[in-house]
Amino acid sequence: MTDLLLLFIGSILINNIVLSRFLGTCPFLGVSSKIKTATGMGVAVTFVITLASFISYIVYEYLLVPFELEYLYTIAFILVIASLVQFVELVIQKTSPVLYSALGIYLPLITTNCAVLGIVIINVNSKYTLLESVVNGFGTALGFTMAIVLLAGIRERIQSNNIPKAFKGFPILLITAGLMALAFLGFQGMIK
Amino acid sequence: MDITQIIIPTLLLGGIGLVLGLILGVAAKVFGIKVDEKITIVRDLLPGANCGACGYAGCDQLAKAIAEGKAPANACPVSSAASKEQIAQVMGVVADKTEKQVAFVKCNGTCEAAKDKYEYIGVKSCKQASLVPGGGQKSCGYGCLGFGDCVKACQFDAITIVDGIAVIDETKCTSCTQCVVACPKSIIEMVPASSSVRVRCNSLDAPKASKDNCSNACIGCKICIKQCPVDAITVENFLSHIDYSKCIQCGKCAEKCPTKCINIYE
Repeated sequence: MTDLLLLFIGSILINNIVLSRFLGTCPFLGVSSKIKTATGMGVAVTFVITLASFISYIVYEYLLVPFELEYLYTIAFILVIASLVQFVELVIQKTSPVLYSALGIYLPLITTNCAVLGIVIINVNSKYTLLESVVNGFGTALGFTMAIVLLAGIRERIQSNNIPKAFKGFPILLITAGLMALAFLGFQGMIK
Repeated sequence: MDITQIIIPTLLLGGIGLVLGLILGVAAKVFGIKVDEKITIVRDLLPGANCGACGYAGCDQLAKAIAEGKAPANACPVSSAASKEQIAQVMGVVADKTEKQVAFVKCNGTCEAAKDKYEYIGVKSCKQASLVPGGGQKSCGYGCLGFGDCVKACQFDAITIVDGIAVIDETKCTSCTQCVVACPKSIIEMVPASSSVRVRCNSLDAPKASKDNCSNACIGCKICIKQCPVDAITVENFLSHIDYSKCIQCGKCAEKCPTKCINIYE
């Protein structure tokens, strides 16, 4: 149990997917202009990564390993993730139009989000069990949500600041993201 | 090499794909919600360039807004009159005829007319050059820098840089306003396509400075105001403005303009 808790906290803070592993930076920079949309993206990513961790573990363990086709995991996972996102989109569209319109374009965008594929591959390479994979996926996704919401909060504040002309827009955003990554380095020694 | 090493992976991945495809197919049937037919029809009639000139995120969003009655049938500034009419028919309304607008570069400071203040060797982009002290290398601080940010912004190949300034091909211009947004000097303006007499200058400098900077500049002499029979011209901050709704395109102002900054377009 302690191991799972450590894995969970570690995946949020220490191995933060955006700020330590530098995966999923596209939505991190692209969808972080408002806290509201950032939260929407975070929720959608959490949902998809958790499900993808679960299903890709099953595909890997019960389809690829028996046939000794582990080397095909990248393409197999892309297949699984893409269809999963499509399926989730269909279901949400039918069952909860409110959630669907809130997530909007972000849902299909996750199909090509490298954070999802990245975490699934990390799960496999670290030889996690089913439970560990799901916990790691969920924690990582929460870490992603936290990072993107934090950045959105900072960006909303920056809006009203007096920034030198040359730093306006993306330059100041990249500097902010870089400083955040530096700050997260501070968690490195937390769990041995 | 054993042939099964190829066949098994192919079958397995194909199988996974097939199963997932079937699941998605079934899910689309089970969970599918009926989309308003009008949305698909209107979407097909829109140009599909996703340029955003209508103010919506893309053609899909505009089609939805038109079908729901939130946007008028002629909300797309890019599509042709014929397709606007078809959209209006689908929606059962009469399309308002809107005057076609074209982008117009309010600068004639060619390499010949407007000299450079200094040699600029930075990134070849108007946006970058305009950040340099003096607002770019051109002697006139209001003029076209000619690095072609608008050319890159134009999805319809309507802009070229001729003799150091941007020139718009009005037959290709679809009035999507992307170039207006891209120009850091804000010298591109949307004007009615039918207007033929236009002021080709954007300088707000005092007459002497304008003249020193560029031989084609408007010096605010107000001769055009006196020529105009319908009071369509005003001069503000040493720059002449033509009110296109009043202009009868007689061309008298262009005739008398001492610097020829008022031009007649065919």
